[in-house]
Amino acid sequence: MSRPEGTRSSRRSLQVKFVPDEDVLKHIADDAGTKVRKDKAQLSVSVKRFVKKLENISDNEAQEILEEKNYVAALGICAQDPVGNGSNISGGEVYSFQTPKRSSKMAELASELAQTPEQNVAPDHSKCPEKMAKTPQSSKNSRRKKKEFVSTTPYRLRKRLAAPDPYLESESEYSASCSEEEDEEDQKEVSSVLPGQKTPAKTKAASTPPPRSSLAKKIKEQKMGNLVEEYFEAHSSSKVLTSDRTLQKLRKRRLNQQTLHDLLKNAPLAYAAEIRDLNQQHESLFSKWMLQLHLGFNIVLYGLGSKRDLLEKFRTSLLQDSVHLVVNGYFPSITVRSILSSITEEVLDHIGTFRSPLDQLEFITKRFKEDSSLELYVLIHNLDSHMLRGERSQQILAQLSSLPSIYLIASIDHINAPLMWDQAKLSLYNWLWYETTTFNPYVEETSYENSLLVQQSGSLALSSLMHVLHSLTLNARGIFRLLAQHQLEKKDNPSYPGLSFQDFYQKCREAFLVNSDLTLRAQLTEFRDHKLIRTKRGADGVEYLLIPVDDSTLTDFLEKEDEDV
Amino acid sequence: GCFVFKPSTKKRRLSEKTGHDFRTTSNDSEDTELRFVTCQSLWNQIKSETEQIQEDLNKQLLDNLVSFLSRSHSEFQEKTTEWTCRMKFREIPSAALVLGVNITDHDLTFRGLSDVLQDNITPYVALLEAKDCPGIKNLMQKLMGQLMNCEIDVDSLEDEECVQVSQNRIRCSMSSLISWYKSVTKKTDSETPSKKRNSSSRHWQSPPVVVIFKDMESFTTKVLQDFIVISSQHIHELPLVLVFGIATSPMIIHRLLPHSVSSLLCIELFQSLSCKEHLSTIIDKLLLTSRFPFKLGGKVLQVLINIFLYHDFSVQNFIKGFQLCIVEHFYSQPLSVLCCQLVDVKKRVYSLSHDQCENIRRLPSFRRYVEKQESGKQIELLTNDSFLKEETEKLLEDLHVYHENYVSILRCLHVFTSSLPKYPLGKQIRELHCACLENRVWETQEYESSLQLARMLNKTDLVTMLQQCVEILMSSSGKEFDKTVEKLKEFLTQFQNLEEASQERDVSVSSQKELQKKTDLYHLQKTLLELKESRRSKKLTKFEMLRFEVVDYIDSLVRKYLVPADDRTLHEIMYFNAATVLRGHLNAAPRTALHTALNNPHWYLKNQALKCDGGGISNKAPDICIVYKLHLECGRLINLVDWLEAFSTVVMAAEEPNADAASSDQVDDIIHARFIRAVSELELLGFIKPSKQKTDHVARLTWGGC
Repeated sequence: MSRPEGTRSSRRSLQVKFVPDEDVLKHIADDAGTKVRKDKAQLSVSVKRFVKKLENISDNEAQEILEEKNYVAALGICAQDPVGNGSNISGGEVYSFQTPKRSSKMAELASELAQTPEQNVAPDHSKCPEKMAKTPQSSKNSRRKKKEFVSTTPYRLRKRLAAPDPYLESESEYSASCSEEEDEEDQKEVSSVLPGQKTPAKTKAASTPPPRSSLAKKIKEQKMGNLVEEYFEAHSSSKVLTSDRTLQKLRKRRLNQQTLHDLLKNAPLAYAAEIRDLNQQHESLFSKWMLQLHLGFNIVLYGLGSKRDLLEKFRTSLLQDSVHLVVNGYFPSITVRSILSSITEEVLDHIGTFRSPLDQLEFITKRFKEDSSLELYVLIHNLDSHMLRGERSQQILAQLSSLPSIYLIASIDHINAPLMWDQAKLSLYNWLWYETTTFNPYVEETSYENSLLVQQSGSLALSSLMHVLHSLTLNARGIFRLLAQHQLEKKDNPSYPGLSFQDFYQKCREAFLVNSDLTLRAQLTEFRDHKLIRTKRGADGVEYLLIPVDDSTLTDFLEKEDEDV
Repeated sequence: GCFVFKPSTKKRRLSEKTGHDFRTTSNDSEDTELRFVTCQSLWNQIKSETEQIQEDLNKQLLDNLVSFLSRSHSEFQEKTTEWTCRMKFREIPSAALVLGVNITDHDLTFRGLSDVLQDNITPYVALLEAKDCPGIKNLMQKLMGQLMNCEIDVDSLEDEECVQVSQNRIRCSMSSLISWYKSVTKKTDSETPSKKRNSSSRHWQSPPVVVIFKDMESFTTKVLQDFIVISSQHIHELPLVLVFGIATSPMIIHRLLPHSVSSLLCIELFQSLSCKEHLSTIIDKLLLTSRFPFKLGGKVLQVLINIFLYHDFSVQNFIKGFQLCIVEHFYSQPLSVLCCQLVDVKKRVYSLSHDQCENIRRLPSFRRYVEKQESGKQIELLTNDSFLKEETEKLLEDLHVYHENYVSILRCLHVFTSSLPKYPLGKQIRELHCACLENRVWETQEYESSLQLARMLNKTDLVTMLQQCVEILMSSSGKEFDKTVEKLKEFLTQFQNLEEASQERDVSVSSQKELQKKTDLYHLQKTLLELKESRRSKKLTKFEMLRFEVVDYIDSLVRKYLVPADDRTLHEIMYFNAATVLRGHLNAAPRTALHTALNNPHWYLKNQALKCDGGGISNKAPDICIVYKLHLECGRLINLVDWLEAFSTVVMAAEEPNADAASSDQVDDIIHARFIRAVSELELLGFIKPSKQKTDHVARLTWGGC
């Protein structure tokens, strides 16, 4: 802390805590040459330095929060803070785009976060003699600087240098200059030295501190340009630079929905008291919502956290005496038609069908206009769910909500949800927006999602399979069984194309299930219509048959079948 | 996924309910009923006013359209040669209605249009929207449905049954439409006019069929083309008139339709009033008037105008915002019960309860007022309720008077500022209004510069402005302006005198000059130089002095009357100032809220543990925040295993103190489960999605920080 107004060349003050071994190995294998060795040595030096900077964090918390707000205000435009502070690490930097090349980035942050509480880890001063000179004590940026350091590990540099791309070179020049304000000549020096080695230049820069606002400005412009380029760089290459680890190698088993649910139930909800306070604030608005609904507005709730409980509470506390419709938008098979049908059938007690949802809507409109005593509250959880976010669905719902005696209160969660509505729809909806951040876990909403990590029980597929099969003849079931058994036998063969039609016909004949080619074909057509099987033509023109259901479901199915028979 | 809940008990009436909601909101239930009633009546008044304005503004347009429509088919009526001539070319008379981009306002215009048409021209009007007509078949179906329904309107309901049946049975084709039209017109011919409603007597014998395309741009080209081509074939049998509603520019017709099709149309162009003018009229009639006691504060008005200018250009939305302001004001301000017409104020003030009196005393503007009084009166005001009521009544009257004067003087000032070059105080009166509401306008730099410019106005401009001001002040209801008007008139006469005097002098000067001109160039140059010098040293002419006087007088008026409302005592009762609330409800930013919640949970959850630093987040933050933060560090694809590992590192570190039975399977599973939950929550929020590019990877859907 010797130079409170010192330069901002503090990259080397952070320790790299976590580098997966295989990554290091890959490096050495990838980048041969002297550079590697140099940099590696450097790495080991830098490992010894520690996160001394953290001490300064609390001093300038307020400032940081301010910057944060600035950033939020700028809404991700990555605008630099107008003060033009040379280190260029405003909010935009913290959240700015990271190139996809650093596979260990996340781990670094994780270890960093894990470290945070023990800020006062005494750094070993004797081990890093240069540190005092290099550490810039511009405490204001200390924390962010540390992050920046993370983003410019020698590790990354090496990768960069390995690729003789002109853009990359200029980019790393930028990253050198953006964190420290240097003399122009110094900058030149950096760029000239750059191909060889980076660190010496930086050390030099640290010793010549005068900041230049014009330079900073230049850097800023450059940065905006870079941001754009970075975007396209990131999206142009199809090469994926992440580690190759898969969940299967993990010794943990995949959880299924039920155990997941049980586990989460046991886990205590963090900050329950605060969340309760938050929810109570929202609950105090209930009567206001009611008033505004009656005055012709509709209400939409947004913000992080499940709003299901909130709406449910609203329903139970205020809507008990009136007709209301609850729509669970997150339900995977919800459609606009089912919403409209439940209105016509259950609210209006109309029996009969409609040709199209538009007709149905017209009917509802007419009924509600004729009978002014009719009124209906509609609560939609997740108006932005997959099934309801389509243009036509939204149009119909908007028209429905524009009826004066239908009161709509809905919740949205997706970050792009407002894009569903154009001006016409917005004016039909006549929204009043309410921010209701609840921090409640999305328990119901995510339970239907096909998460990668959750083992699918396949119960839905199984039951539909059973259902269809039961309505078929015994012979047909036998045919399907044959196919299923054959598929299960071959389940270990990943390139199993399916059972060819000829073989299948042979098998069926042997089992006395069909007597001619034609009957089997007729049967298969029926299966195909019910989406029980899929056919595809192989390279040799032979038709292959496949059941598009995963193996476990198929096993379950066969077991069930055996029970039945 | 849908559940209907029906109550077992009988429902209550709607009006009761609404009032009930209003009541439960505030703690003091005494005035809420009255407040609600006041609010509703005020809103109804304003609503009818806006509708009236809309109607007036559209009148010109509708009149033009009506005359066009009656012209377009008169020839068909009379079967003149001109018609047959046009028929040969198979041209359909059509009107292109350029309405501007504020599509949300168009509905009202079209409704008005079809009403006017049905009253004056023809009962056969069909309104078509693009979303109902994805194909020509749907279009015909919709068209016939609407036409045959309106036929029912005209006739008695006796043959409803048969029409319903026929609509379903008849194939929707042009020929069936024509046969329907023939039968209908024949029927009307045979029927006596007395049987029909009185308005239909105004219809011709074979009225035209008007088809209105509400939003021409969104129709598919194919449908439009087909319809036009088909109907042009039948134009001699069916007097069709098309009306296209256009949001962009008339060019779109030619872009949508190829020449062969557009040549079948005989288009006449109509332009509606621009939405900005509409807004100006609304502001003029609703805000710059003393008819309504409720007023918008400067910031609130700014928010509403910004939403209008930068988001939708929709007057409808502006009015919606205004309605929200009214509701919010009456809902949240218990003293808004006094926000009523001056006549009622006295009664209402005297029926105030003690609590309400305390509310008055708590108003910041009233406290400021009390502090300015001498001590005896201060004590009276703070302790004696009836004295307070008297004072309140007086202050409210003052406020009313202030507002009346404010509006007149504002208009006068606007007369001056709107003609200055570069408009330092804005071109529109709404900008000036905002500036005056915001702060003391005479302290701003813009006002300074506009005064400077006003001091350089020429005489004719100045005189016309003064005349305008006199007119404005004469017509205003304020009583204080007699003197002002007199003063202004005095200025005018002075200018008049000045003019006469100068004319005389002008003549003499010019004659002198003419004499001099006869001399040589050298002399001319000399005299000019002299003139210049003399002007530099010369003191101001009479005109300039007078001009200064006028400008100073206007300045004094501004200083006296255009005091910002915030400085007035009890302004809280009349003015709605909660701009942030309004913005939150009308112009929300859901994504920012999400971002704040994820990056800075402490903003919402007031827990000390979350506060640890500003830039990053603490490792004790909710799971989703940590997972989000970690995912920000990744590129396009994220490896789930790495992610999980990073997550568990963070979480383990946070729980270190009590995790002595370290990394037991139980804990591990729970962390795993928590991770799964957080990841699927991020998926729900739209930050990531599953990817098939690589096993166990998810793709990031956002780029950069948010």
